[in-house]
Amino acid sequence: MTGTDQRTGARASGPLGAFYAGNARSVMLRGWQATRSTNWLVVVSGFFEPIFYLLSMGLGLGALVGTITTESGQEVPYAAFIAPALLAVAAMNGAIYDSTWNVFFKMQFAKLYEGMLATSLGPLDVALGEISLALLRGALYATGFLVVMQALGLNLSWWALLALPAVLLIAFGFASVGMAVTSFMKTFQQMDWITFLLLPMFLFSATFYPLSVYPQPIQYVIQALPLWHGVELVRGLTTGQVDAGMLWHVLYYLVMILLGLIFTTRRLRTLFLD
Amino acid sequence: MPEPVIVAQNLVKKYQDFAAVDGISFEVAPGESFGLLGPNGAGKSTTMRLVGAVSTRTGGDLRVLGLDPNRYGPEIRSRLGVVPQADNLDTELRVRENLLVYGRYFGLPRAQVARRTDELLAFAQLEDKAKSKVDALSGGMKRRLTIARALINDPSILLLDEPTTGLDPQARHILWDRLFRLKEQGTTLLLTTHYMDEAEQLCDRLVVIDNGVIMAEGAPAQLIRTYSSREVLEVRFGSDLNADVAAQIAGMGDRIEVLPDRILIYSENGESELVRIVDAGLTPITSLVRRSSLEDVFLRLTGRTLIE
Repeated sequence: MTGTDQRTGARASGPLGAFYAGNARSVMLRGWQATRSTNWLVVVSGFFEPIFYLLSMGLGLGALVGTITTESGQEVPYAAFIAPALLAVAAMNGAIYDSTWNVFFKMQFAKLYEGMLATSLGPLDVALGEISLALLRGALYATGFLVVMQALGLNLSWWALLALPAVLLIAFGFASVGMAVTSFMKTFQQMDWITFLLLPMFLFSATFYPLSVYPQPIQYVIQALPLWHGVELVRGLTTGQVDAGMLWHVLYYLVMILLGLIFTTRRLRTLFLD
Repeated sequence: MPEPVIVAQNLVKKYQDFAAVDGISFEVAPGESFGLLGPNGAGKSTTMRLVGAVSTRTGGDLRVLGLDPNRYGPEIRSRLGVVPQADNLDTELRVRENLLVYGRYFGLPRAQVARRTDELLAFAQLEDKAKSKVDALSGGMKRRLTIARALINDPSILLLDEPTTGLDPQARHILWDRLFRLKEQGTTLLLTTHYMDEAEQLCDRLVVIDNGVIMAEGAPAQLIRTYSSREVLEVRFGSDLNADVAAQIAGMGDRIEVLPDRILIYSENGESELVRIVDAGLTPITSLVRRSSLEDVFLRLTGRTLIE
């Protein structure tokens, strides 16, 4: 048996051999081609959504609210308070859209992954490729939004430059978990649950007002949710309130990324390489 | 004899308690065109998935290109071409892009993939459609594109799962012609079908599968010789009468099969059996003498028809 294998010159697959061919690039390339030839309009529309929120709530509502005091006691204009939150939300939404509805469609209807996994690609190539594409899109949105924030004078510190990698981290976390969750979904109704969970998280994660307005028990709940960590991380950077405690937010997302990737890879393997 | 490219020994695939493949053994030689013939649910597609290294066997042994698919999945898949039962072309990409992108999945260099893409578009007779959307193609064209895609990595074995199911007769003949060319060029083909004419056209050798087990194995002509007579007389007396008539003509020919809509009389000479029936005072509504086919082999082996 081993003799045969040696004769044909195939190397024994390493521990990752069955999962990863080191070719996630080709999956990204495919996504880029597909975007170019069919759905670039959807991509462009995603860019404007957070900007509209910022203009209506930040500038409109902000005129009534005036300034607001952050967790660390700094007084900032209302628009500068919610802009980083909207940036984190945009990262979440972009990543979730790409990793849930898009992935769901490709899995259930287009049979795209079935085709990919009949080649030498492994499930981790597919997962990383799809997620990287979502990140690339997130990076584009985030850069555009940061430029708008700069133009409106809402970046209060040079730390704001680090908001870009922070946003990518957030997008990576949501994309990775989103794809893992989606791989368990079978119907459109189940997919709607995702939207059902995301909306309250968007509204209540200290997005539009400080966490301190809640009673203590509610604060714990909010602090357990991923978006709050994202909002706090980005807000700390764009307002210049940087401290070592922010590393906890980073750690939260690193764990999300890792868990998401593990579940996605294993699930894709179960689904398409049983 | 050259070393076989596929060796299956007592291959088993179970899903919970259900054995989709229940101990089948076969070998495929390089350049051979080998068929798995059987009705829906016989275990053909599961066998294809096992050979295609996208499914892990539950028992028995399997070697594809000398390697164990359970351990060398990616290596094996890089040398296979797969045409799945249902088209899974990338509908977000145009025809030519489908080939270019698929080639990159194998990690092949861009220039090589581009060259191969042009050759394959010509082979699949889709040069005019290179820039079309996939959804705009006819069923036959989609299948040809899927076959072209499966050839992008110059595979050692081409796996075809029901390659012409759902196509109209003309599209099927075009496809057979293409597959026949591949066969002439020495490509090893492993195909499943429930069409006996397809198996007869394309397969050097085949196994008849039912309920996950092999019922018979051989070349199409040899199987027909072994399990059926040279000719078949088909007579119809109307649905209500068939059973009564069958009792009256019992003993005619080598063997008689009564189907809901017709009676089959197996014989070396169909015409003379028809004369005997008419002499017995019976008048069939329609009668037809034909050569035995794999359909008859299957009926003999399982008591059922292939397409129900």
